[in-house]
Amino acid sequence: MDYILSIVILAGINMIAVLGLSIFTGFTGLFSLGHAAFVAVGAYTSAILTYYYYVPYFLALAAGAAAAGAVSLVIGVPTLRAKLRSDYFAIAILGFGEALRVLLENLEITNGARGLPGIDDFTTLPIVIACLAGGVFIARNFLRSRWGVACIAIREDPIAAETAGVRLFRTRLLSLVVSAVFCGLSGGLLAHFLSFIQPQMFTLIQSTQLLAAVIAGGMGSISGPLIASFVFIALPEALRVAQMWRLVAYGLLLVLIMVYRPQGLMGYSEITTFFRRSSGRDGGRRS
Amino acid sequence: MFLQTLITGLSIGGIYALMAVGYSLVFSVLNFSNFAHGAVIMLGAYVGFALATKFSLGFGLVLAGSIAGAGIIAVLNERLAYSSLRRRKAPSLYLMISAMGCAVFLENMVYATIGSRFYAFPEFFGRQVISLGGSSISLLDVGAFLFALTAILGLHLFISRTRTGIAIRAGVSDMTMCSLMGVDLDRLIAIVFLLAGGFAGVAGVFLGIKYLVYPTMGWVTNKAYIAAVIGGLGSLPGALAGGLILGVVETFVSTYVSSVLRDVFSFTLLIAFLVLRPNGLLGRDGEEKV
Repeated sequence: MDYILSIVILAGINMIAVLGLSIFTGFTGLFSLGHAAFVAVGAYTSAILTYYYYVPYFLALAAGAAAAGAVSLVIGVPTLRAKLRSDYFAIAILGFGEALRVLLENLEITNGARGLPGIDDFTTLPIVIACLAGGVFIARNFLRSRWGVACIAIREDPIAAETAGVRLFRTRLLSLVVSAVFCGLSGGLLAHFLSFIQPQMFTLIQSTQLLAAVIAGGMGSISGPLIASFVFIALPEALRVAQMWRLVAYGLLLVLIMVYRPQGLMGYSEITTFFRRSSGRDGGRRS
Repeated sequence: MFLQTLITGLSIGGIYALMAVGYSLVFSVLNFSNFAHGAVIMLGAYVGFALATKFSLGFGLVLAGSIAGAGIIAVLNERLAYSSLRRRKAPSLYLMISAMGCAVFLENMVYATIGSRFYAFPEFFGRQVISLGGSSISLLDVGAFLFALTAILGLHLFISRTRTGIAIRAGVSDMTMCSLMGVDLDRLIAIVFLLAGGFAGVAGVFLGIKYLVYPTMGWVTNKAYIAAVIGGLGSLPGALAGGLILGVVETFVSTYVSSVLRDVFSFTLLIAFLVLRPNGLLGRDGEEKV
């Protein structure tokens, strides 16, 4: 039972990070191969606060999320202002993620590559579920707000959006910061669940897994990536597959999805649309 | 000390340049960053290692086998993972994700089947050193550097002098037009990937000899990517210049400043170049700016 509980908690924590990346990648149309760095910032900030300074748990979580948002500005402001090509941006943020990890491996306060052991395990299932529910609520409202609509317009056609008066830089930056805050929260929860973190947990592989969930779940959908992320965590655990075969499958899945179904599992629709459709109300409206 | 650092830097830079050339070649034709290039390099190294240990071949044959093996892998990779995307003119981002998937797939396939052990090549060159002005320089370093230079010069001649080379350059400037003029695009792109794969094979063997052979060795291509960006993506002289500059600068940073900060420095350089000079030192002008 404990084992199942821990899988569900891990999946929930991962889903919060995927939710963040889905705002940035799925709805704003920018790819990131470095979002694990924001998870790392959230994890380390909150863990250091509770570990060294005895800051209350929830305050530390909030600080971790805020720190991730602030760090995203460091990379976001120069790269998004320069309006890099989408794949250049993905590379830039990849480089940023790697550089940040090297820094974490060599700082005094993070205890270097050995990692921080003995963080208090405050994170419980109700907390994760509450965070996830709150996250979905905020994400949904954000995407229906003026800013969210602007994000979607940029995804569809940046030039047309700019002509229509959407400010590319500010909207993209906002989307990045929001997504980083989600990832930071997820990191804080993760650190206080595993009670051990080390820089090696936040590599390019981790970023790829987040991106894989968003792409497999469907760009422009909230529920799709969440389902995909849950399946990605739970299924290999249930089948007891070794980590490397899991990654083999991820890689294959990314290629297959791009070749056969680039819109992903849910592609631009939500799980709720299917229920609406079957009950005949508001049939098939895309949200 | 200074001279030694310079030579070491140049030899690493030569390998970076070999990797960056393959990257740049694919980028210039298909206009996307081929993340799977690192995995092809890694597989090339494994092919070379197998030939060197199982069949105890000499260095020349190992190199030739690795070039052929990596070339074929690269062509297959294109056929299976990119060609259908390319034909339906999918955004370059889709190609990039597909490439990322290939990299993750191939790397972990090697983990799962061959294992994570580190393998060392048999010593082809021994530990011969040349003394020059009070510093000792390994023969391998000099050899790798000279070989990289020759190979890239050869590629440059191929692209600028032969009919196929002209077709590749035509494809770089306009794919659609190029195919209207009667160039078989599938064949052209297969040749490009064959060349890129061949260079990956060379890079793999040199990396394997200089360091070791292991599943994640392809990650070094991050450096090749940086080199390609510094020189200007899609430009062959740029790839060479970028590789050498990065190799030398990195070696100097790790010798005189701190070896820990080396990678941070390189990635910062990457971001700085992308932001301030996205076309690199020798690159052509990019058109997409959104």
